[in-house]
Amino acid sequence: MRLRLEKRLEPSHRMLVLTPVLSVLAIMVLGVIIFDGLGYEGQQAVWELFFTPVLDVYKWRDVATKAAPLIMIALGLSLGNQAKIWNIGAEGQYIVGAIAAAGVAYATQNMTGFWIIPLMVIVGMVAGAIYAAFPAVLRTRYGVSEVLSSLMLVYVSLQLLSYMITGPWKDPDGHNFPQTAQLSDAQLLPRDLFDSGIPPGLLVALIAAAVFYVVVSRTVFGFSIRAIGEAPHAARYGGFSSDGIVWATLMISGAMAGLAGVFELMQLTRLNLGFPSGYGFTAIIVSLLGRSNPVGVFVAGIVLAITYVGGQVAQTVVHVPNATAGLFQALLLFAILASDLLVRYRIRFTLKNDVSVQRGDA
Amino acid sequence: MNMTFIIDALVTVIGITTPILLAASGELVVEKSGVINLGVEGMMLVGAIAGFAVTFETGNPWLGVLIAMLAGASASLIFGFLVLSLGANQVATGLALTIFGVGLSSLIGSNYVGIAIDSLDSPFPDDMAHDAFWRIVFGHSPFVYFAIFLVLAIGYFLNKTRAGLVLRAVGENDFSAHSIGYSVIGIRYAAIAFGGAMAGLAGADFSMVISPLWAEQMTAGRGWIALALVVFAGWRAGPLLAGAYFFGVLMALELYAKASGFAIFPSQFWAAMPYLIAVIVLAIISSRDGKGGTAPACLGKPFIPNG
Repeated sequence: MRLRLEKRLEPSHRMLVLTPVLSVLAIMVLGVIIFDGLGYEGQQAVWELFFTPVLDVYKWRDVATKAAPLIMIALGLSLGNQAKIWNIGAEGQYIVGAIAAAGVAYATQNMTGFWIIPLMVIVGMVAGAIYAAFPAVLRTRYGVSEVLSSLMLVYVSLQLLSYMITGPWKDPDGHNFPQTAQLSDAQLLPRDLFDSGIPPGLLVALIAAAVFYVVVSRTVFGFSIRAIGEAPHAARYGGFSSDGIVWATLMISGAMAGLAGVFELMQLTRLNLGFPSGYGFTAIIVSLLGRSNPVGVFVAGIVLAITYVGGQVAQTVVHVPNATAGLFQALLLFAILASDLLVRYRIRFTLKNDVSVQRGDA
Repeated sequence: MNMTFIIDALVTVIGITTPILLAASGELVVEKSGVINLGVEGMMLVGAIAGFAVTFETGNPWLGVLIAMLAGASASLIFGFLVLSLGANQVATGLALTIFGVGLSSLIGSNYVGIAIDSLDSPFPDDMAHDAFWRIVFGHSPFVYFAIFLVLAIGYFLNKTRAGLVLRAVGENDFSAHSIGYSVIGIRYAAIAFGGAMAGLAGADFSMVISPLWAEQMTAGRGWIALALVVFAGWRAGPLLAGAYFFGVLMALELYAKASGFAIFPSQFWAAMPYLIAVIVLAIISSRDGKGGTAPACLGKPFIPNG
């Protein structure tokens, strides 16, 4: 018997859906082994990490709160993924979006009006998009890889945040803590929508997912993104501009990251040094786990949010360090990348001397 | 400005340049073989905690250095398996390696927060290493001398040896190299492991010399600077050495701005500077279209042998 890989003529749709589920299951098994190896209660740790947040009703709100920014950012990134344009600096666009919205809040601190929150949202999205425009112009005009340029700008945004909260926008009543003043009532959304326990961000994420679904599956724009990713030469021949797609995917993902930043700012009510939470990086895992499909991204966002919340539970119950969730998220990404093989190839067991004929086009 | 200040500044520059030089030299070899590994930052962190933990537990810094290299190489082989044996996307897998390195190092490092170890000092006799002037030559950690040797050796290897030629051939045209009988996958595995070992060593430089303690994400994005440096240098060893010290000067400015108050700009401006300059230099280099050296033709493309 011998193992052989046979390239599929088309990616397997069944595997496309099945492999993310298998990856999550594989990581649970691996988790038990790793935790046992490190001397913790393996089964219990994995239980707390993945199941407690689902079974404990009081944790649902936390999961929803963490899922919202992940889903928003990952939806934007999923467009670029399909066109093979890698915006790995979403964390920076997320931070800049929040800084810009905090700027609106600073300017309107003594005002009231229904227009303040929409203005914060718009300014935050525009700021995120502009921040993503730098990698776009660098790629289309100078040929700089968007991977490195977008990532470099994350570090710049961290310094900008640090400067704003220790300098010009520092809270005068904050006992010298590096933070901005608390948002006023006119700058905050209700914590729960209609007392339902659903944070407003999650509703926005849900609406955004629906919009992305329509755009990706029902418009020429959605088609051209996939065309550029799968067959760049053919797509260019067909009249789609690859520079246009670079601009569009980066600006949209920047705006979505900015949007997530605004909602996270409203959720936390102020900016401080703890604001950069790595959501921009985790969202990359979300978009890949969700197979860049808006429905998949929504589900994947909830799964990753569960690991964040579960990580905190496991920390208090089984005393694993707080870095555990991050490690599991990385392992999940490894698993999903490895399982891509099953999407593109078929595994065949053949007899050693079996001269099998590759199946061609009928 | 007096002599002592200038010498202090130069010693600082040389010290903080070294991890970037080590990591970038390793990545240069990896990219020459046609693979881009974006996991440098993660491998550095794994090396940093491995070097620190082993040195603390055994009291033997050389064992720490060795384990740091092995840890970096092991981490890189996860990446290697995914991209070489399973044909996974290199950008996404490299990024996964960085996230993995951040998580794993924080997990292991949670037992080592707030502990200090003795810094690994100059290998030269004390009166040379601490001489007011000659410390600029003799007053560095062993990492510094090794890093300079490494980049020169890699330049020689790539350009003057047969093995280096084969490595470059694999990076420039994998199918041709395969068809004349070289193992593309095997050579790329070796290059990736070497790059991982050097990134691990770079991490150990952070946790054993630059600030001999463990702190989460202590490499603070230097792995990404190392990746950018390979591009600036046009995939050549000589410019890599020069470029690394250029960034070293930029990073030293941050330290000196904090300490000595050229307070024209806030300290955050200086901290952001290396990254801003990196982006600008990337634009200048990339727009010169080939004149500053070009990327290996197969960089980032998966190679799946038929059969």
